[in-house]
Amino acid sequence: MKITVAEALIKALEFEGVEVMFGHPGGAILPAYDPLYDSPIRHILARHEQGAGHMAEGYAQATGRVGVAIATSGPGATNLVTSLANAYMDSTPMVAITGQVPTTAIGNDAFQEAHTWGISMPATKHNYLVTDPEDIPDVIHEAFHLARSGRPGPVLVDLPKNILNSEIEWHEPTGRVDLPGYKPNTKGHPLQIRAAVDLILEAERPVLYAGGGIIAAGAHAELLELAEKANLPVTTTLMARGAFPDTHPLSLGMPGMHGTYAAITAMQKADLLIAVGTRFDDRVTGDPDAFAPHAKVIHADIDPSEIGKIRVAEVPIVGDARIVLEQLNRKIDKTLDGAAAPDHAAWLETIGDWQRDKVVHYEQDPAGPIKPQFVVEELYRITGGEAVVVAGVGQHQMWASQLWKYTKPRTWLNSGGLGTMGYAIPAAIGAKLGLPDQLIYAIDGDGCFQMTQQELTTASTEGIPIKIAVLNNNNLGMVRQWQRLFYNERFSATELTDHTPDFVKLAEAMGCVGLRAEHPSEVGPVIEKSLTINDRPVVVEFRVDPDEMVFPMVPAGGSNDVVAMSREDLE
Amino acid sequence: MRGALMTLHVLSVLVEDKPGVLARVSSMFARRGFNIHSLAVGPAAEPGNSIMTVVVNAGEIEQVVKQLRKLINTIKITELDPVGSVEREVMLVRVSADASKRGELLDAAGVFKAKAVDVGATSVTFEMTGTPSKVNDFLELMRPYGLIDVVKSGWIALARDSKTRNLRAIS
Ligand SMILES: Cc1cc2nc3c(=O)[nH]c(=O)nc-3n(C[C@H](O)[C@H](O)[C@H](O)COP(=O)(O)OP(=O)(O)OC[C@H]3O[C@@H](n4cnc5c(N)ncnc54)[C@H](O)[C@@H]3O)c2cc1C
Ligand SMILES: Cc1ncc(C[n+]2csc(CCOP(=O)(O)OP(=O)(O)O)c2C)c(N)n1
Repeated sequence: MKITVAEALIKALEFEGVEVMFGHPGGAILPAYDPLYDSPIRHILARHEQGAGHMAEGYAQATGRVGVAIATSGPGATNLVTSLANAYMDSTPMVAITGQVPTTAIGNDAFQEAHTWGISMPATKHNYLVTDPEDIPDVIHEAFHLARSGRPGPVLVDLPKNILNSEIEWHEPTGRVDLPGYKPNTKGHPLQIRAAVDLILEAERPVLYAGGGIIAAGAHAELLELAEKANLPVTTTLMARGAFPDTHPLSLGMPGMHGTYAAITAMQKADLLIAVGTRFDDRVTGDPDAFAPHAKVIHADIDPSEIGKIRVAEVPIVGDARIVLEQLNRKIDKTLDGAAAPDHAAWLETIGDWQRDKVVHYEQDPAGPIKPQFVVEELYRITGGEAVVVAGVGQHQMWASQLWKYTKPRTWLNSGGLGTMGYAIPAAIGAKLGLPDQLIYAIDGDGCFQMTQQELTTASTEGIPIKIAVLNNNNLGMVRQWQRLFYNERFSATELTDHTPDFVKLAEAMGCVGLRAEHPSEVGPVIEKSLTINDRPVVVEFRVDPDEMVFPMVPAGGSNDVVAMSREDLE
Repeated sequence: MRGALMTLHVLSVLVEDKPGVLARVSSMFARRGFNIHSLAVGPAAEPGNSIMTVVVNAGEIEQVVKQLRKLINTIKITELDPVGSVEREVMLVRVSADASKRGELLDAAGVFKAKAVDVGATSVTFEMTGTPSKVNDFLELMRPYGLIDVVKSGWIALARDSKTRNLRAIS
């Protein structure tokens, strides 16, 4: 049967099990939109391609499945780039399909021509410019295979219009991937597993440093087993929140710049770090030369280039987190052979003291203003923690991470590595499409909100009932915090206009319900109200204190030995 | 991990011969801040593959190798050390020389086994093949006479029989 490449593309996407894709049409990609009209694949018309990209990411992060975005050539493709870079940083599986000018026009500065392949190269795990129509079924299969296997990431397929229009004999993708150099190693080397277990059982002050790779691998159960078996305190990076229950006695919370005192300090004093699926990011290590100075390091990661990139590992283990943790668990069982593992009682007690004594306080004055932290705590209390939280980037993101007790993987979605303002609204939409029965509550800042707010129109017209809490402090709060602390309170370009936009009216104009709380007593009721509305998206604006700051804090590049618990500590 | 002494490392990189592979390699080097000293590429023995000889100026080679290995089209990387491999470079150099200097130049070239491939009224062009350091020595010898044009192939290298350090195991 002869069909066009465009038809073959849609069939190949159906073959991969794609149920929804996010995009925006245009000239070069039009041939693909025609067969899409008849396809069971649902297409969500984003109002901006960046939004489409973040929707695909939110869908992928919430479900673990590959998110798909589609855009036209030139500006459509360049608008997608931020989401590709974001997905690349956070190892999110995603496939982007872009239209391209006809092969005969490539290189001529044709209408809406951009060098998408070149532009997206450093922002993707791999990318393709398809020039042979016969390649399409296998290229799409390969793209999905690359996106989801090994270290997940975004893959882009650029499709010239004349290729989309040409006819081929349809054959189902063979399922074969012809990638002779691509064979991710998933099983840890037995010698390294043994060496790791020796270190784990010898350590006096171990810390299990769990990263986003735990979530990617679905290794939370194995992580819990290891922690409990060997009595290891666990810290979860911003990308791993929920990989280990915050409610567990062994949980230290988040490490790094805005982590807990206990997590930061336990790493500084540790004699062993067991790092799994994590990449020693500078937000975690602070000054890398001063980071965890007494610790030996076991580093397990599926990407060999992460091991030794920032910190030498005494025991490097290349492998999938779930398989490696399972290997460690079995090896520990065998080594202990019924004996008790070290209980680390003294170490856990020291940590317990920090957890009790070194905490950040805020006061909610009943007279107001509303404290942003109070909003997050009320959201947690009223939802019973039963929500998928999607954050923007800034202070509100940190509070949403610190003050919520995450107990399950994929219940915390955010932009960690790139720190992309505007991520929350579209990512929440993607998450809701992946998990239609779940409560999806975005916690956004007023600055971030204004970067991608137009996607609320997408949500309302497509019937995607997400909820957005806007912590409106009238400022680019996180930047303002730095100006307050390090730039003599010279608030250059961080003040956003007071009462403009009117978030309630704006929400209503976009077909959502808009609610507002201006007084602490209104916070609970307005959250309750938001939970009763399920036929439309809801935006809840909380007018919060602009002067609150995120603590604990390790100033950028500083040593993690010095953790500021309040502003006074920095003076 | 940074700050180690910079030295030249010779990598023989087997890649799939797909459009844009060279761009992927050079883009990765630029993005990661690695320094390419020289890069030469041509078809490999197996059809469908290419061999790149990449000479990298780096303190630690491990990250370079791992990042190269991470490119989807890379099949295998071998680090070649000068003892365990044959390294060659080809140079064409045009040196200004009138008739009075010609004899002197040709003598010098003879010592280096460089071939005169073009002799004109005011210049001589030599072809020199040898180890990169020999080629450089010859170039320095020619410099005082006045270099008009120099072109080099970049290093190419091949492991001697069974003396390679195959880096695939670590990556
Ligand atoms: C404003 C702001 C403040 C921040 N402050 C902090 C902070 O205080 N603390 C903090 O922790 N972060 C913070 N971050 C986030 C930080 O920038 C990094 O994104 C984060 O620390 C990286 O998390 P990670 O190390 O878990 O790695 P990720 O980016 O999640 O990377 C995952 C790792 O796992 C590996 N992997 C993937 N799949 C598998 C698998 N199947 N098996 C094994 N390995 C796998 C990957 O190769 C990679 O190395 C902040 C970000 C922002 C925007
Ligand atoms: C696209 C983008 N531009 C700029 C920044 C730098 N930046 C980080 S946080 C922030 C302020 C965010 O303000 P808001 O959304 O109001 O959140 P708040 O910090 O006040 O909670 C800015 C500008 C960024 N992270 N992303």
